[in-house]
Amino acid sequence: MDVLSIFIYAVLINNVVLSQFLGICPFLGVSQRLSTSIGMGAAVIFVMTLANFVTYFIYYFILTPLELHFMQTITFILVIASLVQIVEIIMKKVSPPLYRALGIYLPLITTNCAVLGTAILSILKSFNLFYSLIYAVSTAIGFTLALIIMAGIREQLELVGIPKKLQGFPITLILAGLISLAFMGFAGLIKL
Amino acid sequence: MKIKKEFTKGFIKENPLLILGLGMCPSLAVTTSAINGIGMGIATTFVLTMSNLLVSLLKNFIPNKVRIPSFIVIIATFVTVVDLLMKAFTPSLYEALGIFIPLIVVNCMVLGRAEAFAQKNNIILSFFDGLGMGLGFTLALFTIGSIREILGNGTFFNLQLLSSNAKTLLLFIMPPGAFITLGYLIFIINLIKEKF
Repeated sequence: MDVLSIFIYAVLINNVVLSQFLGICPFLGVSQRLSTSIGMGAAVIFVMTLANFVTYFIYYFILTPLELHFMQTITFILVIASLVQIVEIIMKKVSPPLYRALGIYLPLITTNCAVLGTAILSILKSFNLFYSLIYAVSTAIGFTLALIIMAGIREQLELVGIPKKLQGFPITLILAGLISLAFMGFAGLIKL
Repeated sequence: MKIKKEFTKGFIKENPLLILGLGMCPSLAVTTSAINGIGMGIATTFVLTMSNLLVSLLKNFIPNKVRIPSFIVIIATFVTVVDLLMKAFTPSLYEALGIFIPLIVVNCMVLGRAEAFAQKNNIILSFFDGLGMGLGFTLALFTIGSIREILGNGTFFNLQLLSSNAKTLLLFIMPPGAFITLGYLIFIINLIKEKF
């Protein structure tokens, strides 16, 4: 297993949104405009990497020695929620322009199941710290890619007359299904 | 009367998944068969009912400023309970649902009910609200699971509906099928919901 194959696996073959169904809420909610979806994507890349970094240490240096593995869910979600808060406070103080660009997306990330999901998955796959970080960055890039493709299509979709009952969730889900179908073509690109 | 209203509103009128659009992730991921859908639904119902009950019980003791973290701790506790129970008693279902059991904790529906209902209402109403919403969610997951299992696999609760060498629409048990099924299901609900 090398860096490139983890990257291709997480971005294209096993895309976090389109084939693992994590982070559907922001995927449907923030994909109306291309600019907001890029902002959301950047915030997710940042938080997901940080969260994986912190949860790795918590799992292997606190939970494992104390044999408290059953506390995994409860500690991870608390750590991620407080991490997002801390990042928000620091960013506000240190870099106001960055805060203005990403700030509004940060609270939304706490309930993004992709962040918690990726942290749990990289523990399950027993990656070391380096691979765990590569996996987090790739997963987040995959999320951003799916979000940007969706936003691009939805901006065009506003010019088309969609039946009223299909607007909103239904048409977005059907579109997501078609994109997911296209992504299935990447299966078999590499062997893990 | 009020209890009945709070209990039944989650079934169709305010169905958390099909009308409010909450809890999308598990409903797309685990509904490859009817039984998986029901399993996930019951696990979520348990967490939702118990967290609603406890939040309502503690609503006067939790300071307003730290209510969200407190709710998350309460929810995460019950998720851990479900996780351990399912690991012990239903190992095959536990295997099939996988990572989505710990992820009940970030299901926006559970936190949403605590925030929007349980912290403002008494214990009995909160209990029935959680139970009703949970059953509505289970009903939706069961419907999606059944459609996908019948179309994609030709079976229903592992009962062979078609001869085993018949061609089925394999697409429906794959990821794209989940999106398309849910999309059309919400479309159909949109079409008929004025009648309720």
